[in-house]
Amino acid sequence: MTALAATNARPTVELAAWARRNTWTLGLLLLLVLLLAFTKTIQPNYGAFGIQGLGTSIMPLAFATVAQAIVVIAGGIDLSIGSMMALTSVVAATLMQGQGDAFGLAVVAGVLLLGILLGAINGALVVSTRVPDIIVTLATFYVWAGLALLVRAAPGGAASPWLMSLASGPLFSEWLPKAAIVLVVVVAVVWIPLARSRLGVSFYAVGSDQLAAFRSGVAIGRTKVAAYAIAGLFGAVAGLSLTASTGIGTPVPGPYTLQSVAAVVLGGVSLAGGRGGVLGPIIAVIVLQLIQNDTTFLGIDPNYALVIQGVILVGVLILGSILESRRAD
Amino acid sequence: MSAAVTERSGTTAITWRTTLRERPIIPLIGLLALLVVAIDVADPGIVTPSWAGVIVRASIPLAILAGCQTLTMLTGGIDLSVASVASMAGFVTATLIHSPGGVAEGIVVVLIAAALVGLINGVGIGVFKVHPLITTLGMSFVVDGLANVWQLQMVQTGAGVPHVLRVLGSGTIGDVIPYSLVVFVPLAAVIMIGLRRTGYGRLLYAIGDNPVAARLSGVRSWQVLILLYVISALMAAIAGLLVSGLSNTASVTLVDTSLLPSVAAAVIGGTSIFGGRGGFGGTMVGALILTVLTALITVLGLPEPTNQVLFGSIIVIVAAAYTRVTAES
Repeated sequence: MTALAATNARPTVELAAWARRNTWTLGLLLLLVLLLAFTKTIQPNYGAFGIQGLGTSIMPLAFATVAQAIVVIAGGIDLSIGSMMALTSVVAATLMQGQGDAFGLAVVAGVLLLGILLGAINGALVVSTRVPDIIVTLATFYVWAGLALLVRAAPGGAASPWLMSLASGPLFSEWLPKAAIVLVVVVAVVWIPLARSRLGVSFYAVGSDQLAAFRSGVAIGRTKVAAYAIAGLFGAVAGLSLTASTGIGTPVPGPYTLQSVAAVVLGGVSLAGGRGGVLGPIIAVIVLQLIQNDTTFLGIDPNYALVIQGVILVGVLILGSILESRRAD
Repeated sequence: MSAAVTERSGTTAITWRTTLRERPIIPLIGLLALLVVAIDVADPGIVTPSWAGVIVRASIPLAILAGCQTLTMLTGGIDLSVASVASMAGFVTATLIHSPGGVAEGIVVVLIAAALVGLINGVGIGVFKVHPLITTLGMSFVVDGLANVWQLQMVQTGAGVPHVLRVLGSGTIGDVIPYSLVVFVPLAAVIMIGLRRTGYGRLLYAIGDNPVAARLSGVRSWQVLILLYVISALMAAIAGLLVSGLSNTASVTLVDTSLLPSVAAAVIGGTSIFGGRGGFGGTMVGALILTVLTALITVLGLPEPTNQVLFGSIIVIVAAAYTRVTAES
């Protein structure tokens, strides 16, 4: 009897511990639910179709944010993500134009490798020059943006139909956007095994205390290069999802770099490194997008959406800091 | 004998390195001279007094914006809202040209608005301890959004850059000495003397060098930081007024492209992004280097995308060389 009670109690305790560790993410989730309810109130016919559109529109920023989260966890920051997306997107759209499905698949594989290469270059430069991450990736922002313009001076190209079909429409149920499934699958396949591996733990170790990590035998340089390379992989996926959702490649970088930094921090990843995950940042992206949609539904000038985004960003973090200092007292 | 020679040359090399480390501005000026020689080789006869005037005139707004980054970086912060504030300042002044108070009213209004942005930045960073990167990024969204709203309101009235600002931003004495020095020289003098000779300046270094030690010595960091971000925003507004005068353009995105160069100029100028080290002297040279570099790339007559690639690559190389020269062995 007592044994039964004990086995019953165990998962509850673990769940409570998990909830304590992920208070921030749970808070964001609550915010998301409230926002969804609010959206339904102001727009009574918001339903499956709205959710599908939401899935498609969050995809590029969500992948960019996952990329940013990985680098930030490992103690860096990648300001080149926006132009990396532009470069991978134009390369994909240019190569896919007028080609068959099989070739399109090869292009996707090639673009993913390109992303890994670009990220590895960022990481290798950071490690070998010892110039701060923010400066190196600021400089490579220009390099990738220039290369993107060399590939294609104006928006154009085409995406393989199967790639475009991945970004829109539902799967299984009309409430399940295909884009969201792609997002979950890609992130899960790469991040979950990674976070549990030696390499993933090294990301957190290097991010939280480089010296301690070094003394415990973590190869700092290699870990950083790996973090940037994996971020490059996600950056390429973000670029591909741009191509998939628009059907073309655009050489001018979108606002994704700074937005990804914002979403990462809103998602509970500390800019000091070593803390956070990728789930919180993804929820933050959905929250930010939903706020933007709501301002449209309310007929508010879209420019105020930007204002509201900024206020929420700073406001939520101020709230977090107040709550944290209360808890510390 | 040969041993003595080796020893002496060894000592010289060490003195050399020490000099470079203690006076990092020397290699920077060397680099600037090198770039000027390079541009004269690329386009013989281009380097004239009036060319120098053009370069200085173009560097001044960048140097002021980089000054915002220098001051905030000294405390371990950064100000990503400077470009938005600067654009807003130039634009709003231009829209108020027909107001009863005229140009003066416009300038007073934008300085108050800028101070308000700086105040919010400072409160977020100093009081609520939100990361400077995020606070100022969030505020840049807010300022951009509000400036866009203002633009829609003002679309009927029409706008024009006031004559005073055009003269101040782009006029020269004898085709050589830019009028904008009238604004810049006093400002630079106040910054440099302020950093070196006043208690407030020393506090900025102290907070950046070791925030805990500063707090334990009784420094009220939050007051220092609030004032700092107000100063930064006011400087950004002044830079914005000069840019709008220089380019004779009123646009809400006018200065946006200067954000990343402003960070790069401060870092190339030897200010550490981690705080506690640097100064405005190096930053001014950094701004000149970036301007001459842009001119050099333009003279080479390469297509714009190649320029971006070169610009990014050179920033990495300069920053890497600089880090190597000044590194503590």
